[in-house]
Amino acid sequence: MFGIFAMIMIFSIAVVLGGIVIYNGLVKLRTNVEEGWSGIDVQLKRRYDLIPNLVETVKGYATHENETLSQVVEARAKATSINIDVSNVTPEQMVAFSQAQSGLSGALGKLLAVSENYPDLKANENFLQLQDELTNTESAIQSARRYYNGTVRDYNIKVETVPSNIIAGLFNFAKREFFEIADTEKSAPKVSF
Amino acid sequence: MKQENKSLYSHKVSNISKTWSLLIIMGGMILGVGYIMSVYLESPFIMIIAGFGSIFTSVGTYWFSDSIALKTSGAKIIERSNNRKLYDIVDNVAIAAGLPTPKIGIIEDSAFNAFATGRNQSKGVVVFTTGLLKALNKEEIIGVAAHEMSHIANRDVLIGTIAVVFASTISMSARIIHFGGSGNNRRGGVITLIIGIVLMFVAPFVATILQMSISRKREFLADATGAYLTGNPEGLASALEKISRSGKPLDRATEATAHLFISNPFGSKKIRKMFSTHPPIEERIARLRGIDKYGDI
Repeated sequence: MFGIFAMIMIFSIAVVLGGIVIYNGLVKLRTNVEEGWSGIDVQLKRRYDLIPNLVETVKGYATHENETLSQVVEARAKATSINIDVSNVTPEQMVAFSQAQSGLSGALGKLLAVSENYPDLKANENFLQLQDELTNTESAIQSARRYYNGTVRDYNIKVETVPSNIIAGLFNFAKREFFEIADTEKSAPKVSF
Repeated sequence: MKQENKSLYSHKVSNISKTWSLLIIMGGMILGVGYIMSVYLESPFIMIIAGFGSIFTSVGTYWFSDSIALKTSGAKIIERSNNRKLYDIVDNVAIAAGLPTPKIGIIEDSAFNAFATGRNQSKGVVVFTTGLLKALNKEEIIGVAAHEMSHIANRDVLIGTIAVVFASTISMSARIIHFGGSGNNRRGGVITLIIGIVLMFVAPFVATILQMSISRKREFLADATGAYLTGNPEGLASALEKISRSGKPLDRATEATAHLFISNPFGSKKIRKMFSTHPPIEERIARLRGIDKYGDI
């Protein structure tokens, strides 16, 4: 009798300890996902902040590019209007968000491409610096996105596989969405002269 | 991909345990030599000194291994303002790895090489030779930076750096005993003889440990992780191609630091014993080119 009781005790202690380890592991992975997302957020904000300056600078030189410029302004407005809470986002919201961001990348790529037609603009120190910063920010967005998607993958695997899926279900660890965004360097239209 | 992750994880774990064993073995060796000396000289005081000495060495190795590795290789840390472009590249790779930007070091040498050091993930240093920076294009430098960043992310750096200190200590003490061996008094002469014999036994053992601790697999893993970080395996592949074609030896390379570098620093002509710490560069290039564009293996 006592032996059975002891066995049950040991078994339940083992289950509880195992559960704690899994729970902590899930929390750690989820924190990585949150950090990964805030890394993207920082870069996207940096990009938003660069755009008004860039538009102003280009406006002074590229007088025939009003359409391209307004496309950038619109794309920025559209991107900033979509706010998502990444801990509770539907796949559709995520798609809309990344489409808006890709749209902004595309519009910016186009703006930088047409800027090539204006030698005075290309000689402007301020423009060169903005262009440089923007290119860096674009690649930083891509890097941050890669890292974020890696953390989401690790987290989702844990949420869905046995036995951690039991703990995940009990404590509401929901699957997270990947963030896909078109790479500007690949999608930027090529301008021929 | 999942399998690769699993082996990466176990690689990290085994790196951590190997680091501890190296430090403990090093402390133990000093303790052992101290014990022999204290028994021979019938002075327990030496044993106490050896005890403190072994603790200091182990802790000191952990703490200063990165600066020792930088010193031995002749690398100088540069500031962001010295080379903003390079810092931007490394920044970017660090973001992809989800780690803080490491410091950047430069070795003034026309050889093409690079290595990473640092005692933990947030204290990383990535070092490039000036020759490499001059000869490689941006994509290739990104590839090399990602490879080095991966060594930091995979926790290869501390173990590799401690191995540097370990190997240097052994070869230095062997040298001291070799030159100091012609002792003045008879007793001292016998002690150095004993230590010499002990080292003779220990040296091959140490060599084996070093070989084990810095497995060749880590280069393949860092290549694969690096390709995953950048999403562009071709950058690193063509960088490795240029490195292998150059074959210029690094001036300040020693056997103790050889394993740290991205490619064998003695140049392609000389095949040394330490060469076995680096897998053939052609095989690494072939594997990189076998990875598809987005780093899935």
